[in-house]
Amino acid sequence: MTVTATDRRTSDVAGMHTARRRLADRDSALAWLFLMPSVVYILALVAVPFVLAVGFALSDVTAGDPSYDFVGFRNFERVFDDPVFWRSLGNTFLFTAVSMALIVVFGKVLANILVAEFRGKWIVRFLVLLPWTTPVTLGAIAWLWLLDSIFSPIDWVLRELGLLGRPGALLGAESNLFWLGEPDLAMGSVIAVHVWRLTPLAAVIMVAGLVAIPRDLDEAARVDGAGFWRRMFEVTIPLTLPVIAVAALFGAIFTFTDMAVVDVLTNGGPNNATQVLTSWAFFRGIDGGDVGQGAAIALFLFPLLLAAAIAILRAVRRMEVG
Amino acid sequence: MAVVELRQLVKEFDSGRVRAVDGVDLTTEEGEYLVLLGPSGCGKTTLLRTIAGLEQPTAGDVLIDGHVVTGLPPRARKIAMVFQSYALYPHKTVLANIVFPLRAARIARPERERKAHWAAKLLGIEHLLARKPRQLSGGERQRVALARALVREPLVFLLDEPLSNLDAKLRASARDELKTFQQEIGTTTIYVTHDQVEAMGLGDRIAVLSDGRVRQLGHPVDVYDDPADTFVARFIGSPPMNLVPRDGHLVGFRPEHLLPEDVLPAGADRETVPFAVDRIEYLSGDRHVYGTVSGLGEATRVVARLPATVGTPISAGESYDFVVARERMRFFDAQTGHRSEAVRL
Repeated sequence: MTVTATDRRTSDVAGMHTARRRLADRDSALAWLFLMPSVVYILALVAVPFVLAVGFALSDVTAGDPSYDFVGFRNFERVFDDPVFWRSLGNTFLFTAVSMALIVVFGKVLANILVAEFRGKWIVRFLVLLPWTTPVTLGAIAWLWLLDSIFSPIDWVLRELGLLGRPGALLGAESNLFWLGEPDLAMGSVIAVHVWRLTPLAAVIMVAGLVAIPRDLDEAARVDGAGFWRRMFEVTIPLTLPVIAVAALFGAIFTFTDMAVVDVLTNGGPNNATQVLTSWAFFRGIDGGDVGQGAAIALFLFPLLLAAAIAILRAVRRMEVG
Repeated sequence: MAVVELRQLVKEFDSGRVRAVDGVDLTTEEGEYLVLLGPSGCGKTTLLRTIAGLEQPTAGDVLIDGHVVTGLPPRARKIAMVFQSYALYPHKTVLANIVFPLRAARIARPERERKAHWAAKLLGIEHLLARKPRQLSGGERQRVALARALVREPLVFLLDEPLSNLDAKLRASARDELKTFQQEIGTTTIYVTHDQVEAMGLGDRIAVLSDGRVRQLGHPVDVYDDPADTFVARFIGSPPMNLVPRDGHLVGFRPEHLLPEDVLPAGADRETVPFAVDRIEYLSGDRHVYGTVSGLGEATRVVARLPATVGTPISAGESYDFVVARERMRFFDAQTGHRSEAVRL
């Protein structure tokens, strides 16, 4: 039997009618299916712990006595009476603000270097990104050695340069600076490690912003007679401002929520001089076993992180609109 | 006003693998409108950017107003450039865009404002000064870019395809305005385009470029009527010049010079060519007649453009006797493509 083209077409059409809509054709079902894993993830690992934290903060749960008794705001009252809490809160803000400012400045400088064309650029990029790829704890341990109270190579360099360890030297006659033993130096050390760790991330974010600027604009500014600084402050920075904001906020959030650096370097010391909210919550809630108080301290992170998250989303939105 | 002079300018990319500009010698005249015309990739934009100082030449020199500026940064060259994209600063208002070069030159505020308003008035954009570039149409953006270039009172204007982002209708009027504007201020202008209509319409002189070299430099009428080689002959004119091979030479004639026999008086010095017509197009009143000519040399497909004033009936599939006036014929060497002596037909 010969099958004409018309016959074949009719049979195809009939076949199309009989074929059922498969799952892959149903957008609404697919949408739910694909969203489920992230919804489950957010509920299980963000929402549940958050509700638990609120619950614990209002209870007398401890490591020794896990039975739940509602105690109202008693944990908060005790936290407010504790000078170490206020010290931690102040430190958290101080570390975050100073680190964020330095991260933005250094990130911008690094980003400018990374977008420039020069020989051996790949190795510079590699070295610059290294701190970000290193696990926080490993990086912090390396810094622990660098800042060691006796064997610090930094002190050794300063001694060799004659800035330390002899009478009349600029940094004092003692043989070491005791980076992690002096309150001010310890705070400076914690900030330095945060900056070292987060600058590469900020730089990479800013590089992405810089390469997105049309080259014409920079060239037009050069033809218009603008020098390096005018081009940077009047053209490049305004155009990358949303990206810089995102980099700054990421830096802030990572500093704000990090306890590994403090934990490894100073353990909050000396004498709680470098204690931050996260470390203090950990020491109180986990090491000290007072889960209720730990939760109450940790909850202070929430409004600030919420504000930061809103700021990031707004910056991103401005990038989309602009 | 100033003269721009290029001496043996060479620009290589990828450490010599690409020669974008290949030994260009070019000198503008005072206050001239010089157009660099060529297909994409011919090196015309690279040439302009080298004049601007955005590219450093591999060899050769750029002189502006008699001074060698080869090593100088763009800002020291007293030039102004309008980019293809206009490159307006998107975060600044129109006014801030226009005064930007003046602020960079540290000119006092009252003087800046005065100049900005003068330029804005000249270009008819005074009512737009408070807006941001994204609130402007393409034509308005082009004027802002021009105003920004104008306030610097540069020695030379460099324009890189400033009309290519406009729609066809706007382009025609913008072309007209651009020419009037340049005549008004009288500044030497170098204009890059790939559009021969813009080049013919705007240029006092046209430099036709190909493969990084200047193929011909001349007034529009010279470049059109007396092309220096087959590249120029084929690149300029729409449809391009017909080229018929004959004994190691090419016989060239423009489509509008291939006419039905009855159009040229019989006494004229003319060459009769049999023309087998296979297709006719009607384009804005003109008839473009496609077919094959024989008799001039090898049988070759050519185009004849008959103006609306020529009413001779022509139909596809027929053969006719067409004529070309002998003074309209141009001869080229088939090997080199360069112009050669007239060949006896």
